[in-house]
Amino acid sequence: MSSQAWINLAYLIAAMLFIVAFKMMGGPRTAVRGTFLGAIGMAIAIAASFFEEPIREAVSQGAGWSIGMLLVAGGIGAAIGATMAVKYPMTGMPQMVALLNGFGGGASAFVAAAELWNKPLTARLTGDGDALTTAALAAARDLAPWTQFSIATALAGLIGAVTFWGSLVAFGKLEELPRFKQAWTNPNRHWINLGLGVLVVILIGGVCVRPDWFILYVLLIAAGSVLGITLTLPIGGADMPVVICLLNSYSGLAAAAAGFVIDNSVLVIAGSLVGASGLILTAIMCQAMNRSLVGVLFGGLGTTTVVSGDDVYAGKIKSAGAEEIAMVLEGADRVVIVPGYGLAVAQAQHAVRELADALEKRGTTVEYAIHPVAGRMPGHMNVLLAEADVAYEKLREMDDINPTFPETDVAIVIGANDVVNPAARTDPTSPIAGMPILDVEKARTVVVVKRSLSPGFAGIPNPLFAADNTLMYFADGKKAILDLTAALQKK
Amino acid sequence: MTSTCLPLLMANIVAAPDDPAAKFIRLLTVFLLAMWVGFEVITKVPQRLHTPLTSGSNAISGITAVGAIVAAGSLASVTGTLFGLAAVVLAMVNVAGGFVVTYRMLQMFSPKKK
Repeated sequence: MSSQAWINLAYLIAAMLFIVAFKMMGGPRTAVRGTFLGAIGMAIAIAASFFEEPIREAVSQGAGWSIGMLLVAGGIGAAIGATMAVKYPMTGMPQMVALLNGFGGGASAFVAAAELWNKPLTARLTGDGDALTTAALAAARDLAPWTQFSIATALAGLIGAVTFWGSLVAFGKLEELPRFKQAWTNPNRHWINLGLGVLVVILIGGVCVRPDWFILYVLLIAAGSVLGITLTLPIGGADMPVVICLLNSYSGLAAAAAGFVIDNSVLVIAGSLVGASGLILTAIMCQAMNRSLVGVLFGGLGTTTVVSGDDVYAGKIKSAGAEEIAMVLEGADRVVIVPGYGLAVAQAQHAVRELADALEKRGTTVEYAIHPVAGRMPGHMNVLLAEADVAYEKLREMDDINPTFPETDVAIVIGANDVVNPAARTDPTSPIAGMPILDVEKARTVVVVKRSLSPGFAGIPNPLFAADNTLMYFADGKKAILDLTAALQKK
Repeated sequence: MTSTCLPLLMANIVAAPDDPAAKFIRLLTVFLLAMWVGFEVITKVPQRLHTPLTSGSNAISGITAVGAIVAAGSLASVTGTLFGLAAVVLAMVNVAGGFVVTYRMLQMFSPKKK
């Protein structure tokens, strides 16, 4: 077997390990092993890449130091990545994932850039005498217009650049950096994006026709970078789960495109697996909000309809304190806790666990209702509560727990708003009409922990707050829950 | 599915190895089949594990490190090598960070030893 065949075999094993890893991530018991298999697959693929023909050739010509250079560069990257991953607080996971995503996309754009830069140089290489080497012949052929090489290079560069800058903006928004506090609502933004889109299409055509003009690729990267920023800037915080999934998908597709650039099947396989997974999660997130992907990306929800909360709330709000709510909880057999992004902001996950412990000690059943888009990334609430040692089995999905609300004595809503807004079901004119929600209002008593009556992301009042069976508990999430636990333990 | 893809695959493998069109279709076949496998496998992941899935797949998208190493290690030109090295660093941040984050997250899901 030729050495290239051994390398390809190693890539095949790596690709198989990735598929098995994805499969095993489907179960909580096997997920850790799945991650290890994925990491092993990655290690095999990376190790094999050191034996690729161009590297062996460079080493055989006396450039053995290049292996050291690669190891140092890879080591620096791995050290930075691992340090970030260990140091970053668990509550900042959405940002962290967004940032890492961007780096993957950026890497693919650089791979395409390196190949595109080197190709014309290779094409001019001649062998002994005047005969062209095989590599030079192949390179010259790749530089013809509209080849797999040039098309894939353009796509890897574009998707990579959009992913990189889009992810940085998403990071800034999730980290709540002051610059990103205000969503970008320039009324002309659709025209700007359209113009950039047309420019990008023209430049892709340019790179495909003249792959030897490197400047076209640079311009394409520049346009793609601006597009990545202008597409992500207007998207609001609550739509972040969709954006994270989509960028994740892009980073995979960029890697797959890079695979087409260098004719490497493991890049194509791993990239398309990630691309598919991101697309599925994107679809799931959109479904959970009953919105189309186009609506999320270009919509700008909440800028058109402004309904005053005064009419909905006037005179109907019942406010209660820790003592009163503890009394209600005292007689409860079944309590369901409904967390939202506010829980993450208030860092109240440990306090919530303690409250649940106190309730369970009294014989009350406690479960958690998790809406698919609660939080800022898919499964955000699950990670947050898992950090506070809440048992995996107590976290119930929406369809699973909704039928149980009528038998629930108390539903405690912490930091969630739009995902429990009954207007989604009752008011067809509401901006969130049709969005599947958690039916908390069917519980005997609903306790809403909230700082004020300010509307949620959708900017619409929530009739739940004015319902007869709702008690509003106005306080900071963490302090509220701690006071409540203390009051309950005194009983 | 397999019955329609196999003849296609065979036809491509048999085709002349340096025929660019055959090479492209071979890679395209791999791409589409892998997409399909991805869809099949991932639709079965429960919502509760979506965060580790996102970060795990994120780590795997760092596979572009393979391309980066070859691009940088071929030493074809100074500029090309610098582009390649930038790609190696970025991709390895993605790979290492992605796997460590995923592992940390999954640790929290595992039953706690008290």
